[in-house]
Amino acid sequence: MAKIPEEELMNSGHNACPGCGAAHAMRYMLKALGKDTTVNIPACCWAVIPGVYPSKNLEVPLLYTAFETTGASSSGIRAALDAKDIDADINVVGFAGDGGTADIGIQALSGAVERGTDTIQVMYDNEAYMNTGIQRSGSTPQGAWTTTTPVGSEKAWKKQPKKDMMDIMESHNIPYAATVNIAYPQSFIEKFKKAAEINGPKFIHIYAPCPTGWRSKPSKTIEIGELAFKSKVFPLYEIENGVYNVYKKPKEEIPVKDYLRTQGRFRHLPEEEVEKIQKNVDRYWDKLLKKEKFTQEELYKEE
Amino acid sequence: MSEYKIVTGNYSSAYGARLARAEVVSAYPITPQTSVVEKIAEFVSDGKMDTEYVKVESEHSAMAGCIAASTTGARTYTATSAHGLALMHEMLMWASRARLPVVMTNVNRAMGPPWSVWADHLDTIAQKGTGWLQFFCENNQEVLDSILMAYKICEDEDIMLPGMIVEDAFILSHTREPVEIYDQEKVDEFLPPYDPDVKLDIENPAGFGSLVMPDWYMDFAKKLEEAMEGAKDKIKEVNKEFEETFGRDPGGLIEEYKTDGVDVLVITMGSISGTSKDVIDELRDEGHNIGLARLRTLRPFPKEEIRELTKNVNVVGILDRSYSFGAAGDAAREIKEALYGHNSPVVKNYIVGLGGRDLTPEILEKIFLDTIELQDKGLDQEVEWVDLRSDRKKWRR
Repeated sequence: MAKIPEEELMNSGHNACPGCGAAHAMRYMLKALGKDTTVNIPACCWAVIPGVYPSKNLEVPLLYTAFETTGASSSGIRAALDAKDIDADINVVGFAGDGGTADIGIQALSGAVERGTDTIQVMYDNEAYMNTGIQRSGSTPQGAWTTTTPVGSEKAWKKQPKKDMMDIMESHNIPYAATVNIAYPQSFIEKFKKAAEINGPKFIHIYAPCPTGWRSKPSKTIEIGELAFKSKVFPLYEIENGVYNVYKKPKEEIPVKDYLRTQGRFRHLPEEEVEKIQKNVDRYWDKLLKKEKFTQEELYKEE
Repeated sequence: MSEYKIVTGNYSSAYGARLARAEVVSAYPITPQTSVVEKIAEFVSDGKMDTEYVKVESEHSAMAGCIAASTTGARTYTATSAHGLALMHEMLMWASRARLPVVMTNVNRAMGPPWSVWADHLDTIAQKGTGWLQFFCENNQEVLDSILMAYKICEDEDIMLPGMIVEDAFILSHTREPVEIYDQEKVDEFLPPYDPDVKLDIENPAGFGSLVMPDWYMDFAKKLEEAMEGAKDKIKEVNKEFEETFGRDPGGLIEEYKTDGVDVLVITMGSISGTSKDVIDELRDEGHNIGLARLRTLRPFPKEEIRELTKNVNVVGILDRSYSFGAAGDAAREIKEALYGHNSPVVKNYIVGLGGRDLTPEILEKIFLDTIELQDKGLDQEVEWVDLRSDRKKWRR
């Protein structure tokens, strides 16, 4: 088990809401990567969390960029560092929310990964446009209430499942991709450290609860993270050169409804919808285990 | 040793980026800019240009890449055209507000629909308020010269703004002309490496572009305007230095062609200026007291120079290769604004050559004769669209 480094590169005095999962995400990421790291941040909660000019609560250089540019910005920073022959061990991180990754930023992300940019592209996933006030994104889970999927008489909660960014990244032949959960800081830090050792593009999908948008108790953020893992709603796995590894499997499994009931955004869901969600979660988990088995035991057996 | 090569405007751009030692190029292909990025790819592939060439997936990312690289302290270059420039719009503002000396060639081209790949200034002019210096070039030599000049001007610590070099689609971009490719050592003397004091740096972890409250924002905007205003003197100064180094005057803010004591002044931009100068010569030979001013920088806009030039003229004819819908051509609008409260010549705006419509010496001669006639007949209309299909008899022999 990795020890959590004591060095703090995120100082107190941030602007995040109480119980913000994204705040944990940045803190643990910087603990893992250390100070030889540049971070570029598009429009998202983290464009505000570091502080208002002239304040800044992070001990790493920050480039704020436009919403859809995270991937291109990472490529630009890396190109300049290479052009200047500056130490190649610097981590160039693009740190975007789910909207800036899965929706408006997906083109620039795809470009950066396809070009083989040596960067860690992070999606801290709070499952909606939280900074603008809880609008649905492509990463909002099935069944969720948001301000643009309101639950009126027409029951217009989000009907579609989440966009699978890990699969999309895998389809780019990315050398390394991993999911991490702020409720499990050891593996969180371990996976970031592993990513830092790999040359080329890396993608890390962070599960980051948002009490404000999820209508959950700020004090329950870590607990919700644990339930997401135990209910298999957010599996913890990595893909290294095409090989899947579900690196942490729940010892005690719980039904999805135990996860859903912790958040007001799901409270409208009738029994049959919860069953549908349970079925989708089970199918995804099953598929994931099959991918793991197939890629480990058959597809890349010779390697 | 410097040497003359017979090259297109696009190759001239590529040679300009190479001589300027652009450290990062971040670009995306679009007609008619493509041969710029192809030539740079060839330079890099042949080991003739030491640059990190980021082949991005869109123009928006091209400018985002330049912005990130420039923030990290690299000299950056890109090139685009029309729809590509329009897609960059957000990032154009980002580059100027971040005070980054990105230099770019824009091969100006008409905006669709209907699709058109030919010369038209609207793409560039639509970006005039974004905080970029804009240099409209007359010929391929000036394209190269302007790139070298632009880096020196834009990277000056008092300026720190991005610069756009504008070449007319096909008329310059794909037409070969002799261009002096300067000796690298001489260029290096003229243009030292870019080394900004403030940059994205792990040793000095600053933040670039954070949220500011209304109590700050406006003052940043004013500083940008002061830099833009300051760029006028800087352009003149660098123009002089350029002339001393390379023996060639790229034209400063506004180029005056036989303007001493004229009664009639025509004002042009871009590649039509060369043909126009020939026509001016002919008209002067015929006894007409007419001269030409070529607006080289739309931004910063040379207000004072325009006032000086029009002090004693009776009539000004302004040729715009674009149109601002609901108003008039932009050069004309800006020139009129500069005149207000200073001089009051008769001013007529001619809308010409949109979407690459040819401007022959015959048509230009008719335009200039029309301007001359305004002295006697007075202003017939403020804006006239020249050589429309419905109106060919008036403008063609």
